[in-house]
Amino acid sequence: MRAWIKNRNIFIGSSITVALIFIAAFAPQVAPHDPTEINPMVRLQPPSKEYPFGTDHMGRCILSRIVFGSRISLLVGVVVISGSLLIGIVLGTISGYFGGLADDLIMRLVDGFLAIPSMFLALALAGTLGPGMFNLMMALIAVEWTSYARVVRGSILTVKEQEFVEAARGLGASDLYILVHHIMPNILSPIIVIATLGIGYAILAAAGLSFLGFGVQPPTPEWGSMLDDGRLFMRKAPYIMIFPGLAIMITVLAFNFLGDGLRDELDPRFRKEIPH
Amino acid sequence: MLGYIFKRVLLIIPALLFVSMVSFSMAYLAPGDPAEILLMSPEGSPSPEAIDAFRVRMGLDQPIHIQYLRWLEKVLHGDLGYSFISERPVADAITNSFKATLKLSLVSMIVSIVVSIPLGILAAIKHNTMIDDLCRLGALIGVSIPNFWQAFLLILLFSVHLDWLPVAGYGGGDIEHMILPAITLGTSSAAVTTRLMRSSLLEALSQDYIITARAKGLPERIVIGKHAIKNALIPVVTMLGLNLGFLLNGAVVTEWVFGWPGIGDLVVDSIYQRDFTMIQGSILFIAVIFVTLNLLVDISYTYLNPRIRYESVD
Repeated sequence: MRAWIKNRNIFIGSSITVALIFIAAFAPQVAPHDPTEINPMVRLQPPSKEYPFGTDHMGRCILSRIVFGSRISLLVGVVVISGSLLIGIVLGTISGYFGGLADDLIMRLVDGFLAIPSMFLALALAGTLGPGMFNLMMALIAVEWTSYARVVRGSILTVKEQEFVEAARGLGASDLYILVHHIMPNILSPIIVIATLGIGYAILAAAGLSFLGFGVQPPTPEWGSMLDDGRLFMRKAPYIMIFPGLAIMITVLAFNFLGDGLRDELDPRFRKEIPH
Repeated sequence: MLGYIFKRVLLIIPALLFVSMVSFSMAYLAPGDPAEILLMSPEGSPSPEAIDAFRVRMGLDQPIHIQYLRWLEKVLHGDLGYSFISERPVADAITNSFKATLKLSLVSMIVSIVVSIPLGILAAIKHNTMIDDLCRLGALIGVSIPNFWQAFLLILLFSVHLDWLPVAGYGGGDIEHMILPAITLGTSSAAVTTRLMRSSLLEALSQDYIITARAKGLPERIVIGKHAIKNALIPVVTMLGLNLGFLLNGAVVTEWVFGWPGIGDLVVDSIYQRDFTMIQGSILFIAVIFVTLNLLVDISYTYLNPRIRYESVD
């Protein structure tokens, strides 16, 4: 545990993440204004004491919209990763532990999904399913689950040949018992690392799709669509685009710091390869 | 080796078949009847006769599996059909836009190589110093920055404030129009390559042959330049092929923001316009390119790194 606190990446990443969760949880208390309140009297105001990040083309407080937007981004990130993990762990386990025809079928399915560059697949799915947060999350799960399935399968393949698994089987342990008590603990580390990095990726991709108009719809405050709103006023009011973009970058950066740090600590191979 | 390649090529077939089904079903995932949506005009809904006629013309009156097989048969003959909107051949539109994407990707790749290889080497040589920290932080920012936001910052600085470069557009594909999109597109791949170059060189520097070279009394310049970097570059070079995949992903938003008429821009526009034949064709095309690229990367990697040759394919 001490090493974890000492690891600078983990420290920075988790501090920002905790701060973000706090902001998202207490959004109504943190935000100075109602994020959806339209006020034509204060359109396109530069940052001021009243509106620290300025106001958008409808006179809405940008800071408040960013504060509430953190809820959407974190929610999308967590839901997409949970969904992908669920599918990935189930299919990866079937594939790796039982092998045979199921393994072949699942791996061909993974190959199929991986054959389309992720952003194109997500865009095409989100675009054809129609705009909305649910469809956006579905589209992102469709591109994310494959990496979990592969990692889980790969880890199981190496772990299941180990002597302690053989021993457990020799003692008469059931498949389920072996999976839960012997295999899962051993594949947890790589999963934690890629899930952390995956949240960052999902948030980034979700913002990108919303920016294109295929994700979260107005008036819901979402960082990507806020950037889209600001495009037309780029010359006159650049701050409309600066702050939401900064929010996305800091959030994604936090998860990348955390994921990198966790990899250093959890993956013994990595620790050996790259001395710190 | 040949067996490995053969097996690897064979595995592409089911993957592409799956892709063909996914891209074909795009039109059916969409809510609403494509024929009705497409014929909708400001005067109101189209007449049932007009919808029927359109369906027959586009082959939408057949059962779905027949439509798929017909489509697949045509696709295998290189015929991707005609755009629902402009009625141009889909294949022509895709070829034209892919040329633009390829051009932009190659320039981005050059930008990213020129930046990342020296930075990665620098970070590894100055391991655990301030310079190393800065390079790593830069790389982490590079993968975390939203490309549409980065595009905006670049446009704001270089086009709006300094007025050095055009805001957007193709402009005949000249270098001036390419600089900002190429930087935007190349950033994440530069970040990934910097990290890889750094860790690969660090690993090379810890090998026995480096200790031997140093023990022989070779100057550090030669130890690093001739022995370490040469070996460290192998994974980096193979990775560059995979980077083209990264570039394709980035092209979606980057091309759209800069109005660069590439395949990313084409897909986004086709989705806006619900041009289903165009969406189907482009997704399939992109997948074929992507799968071929990955195959080439795998084969070259196997060739360069004999250790993985005999392991299982999947």
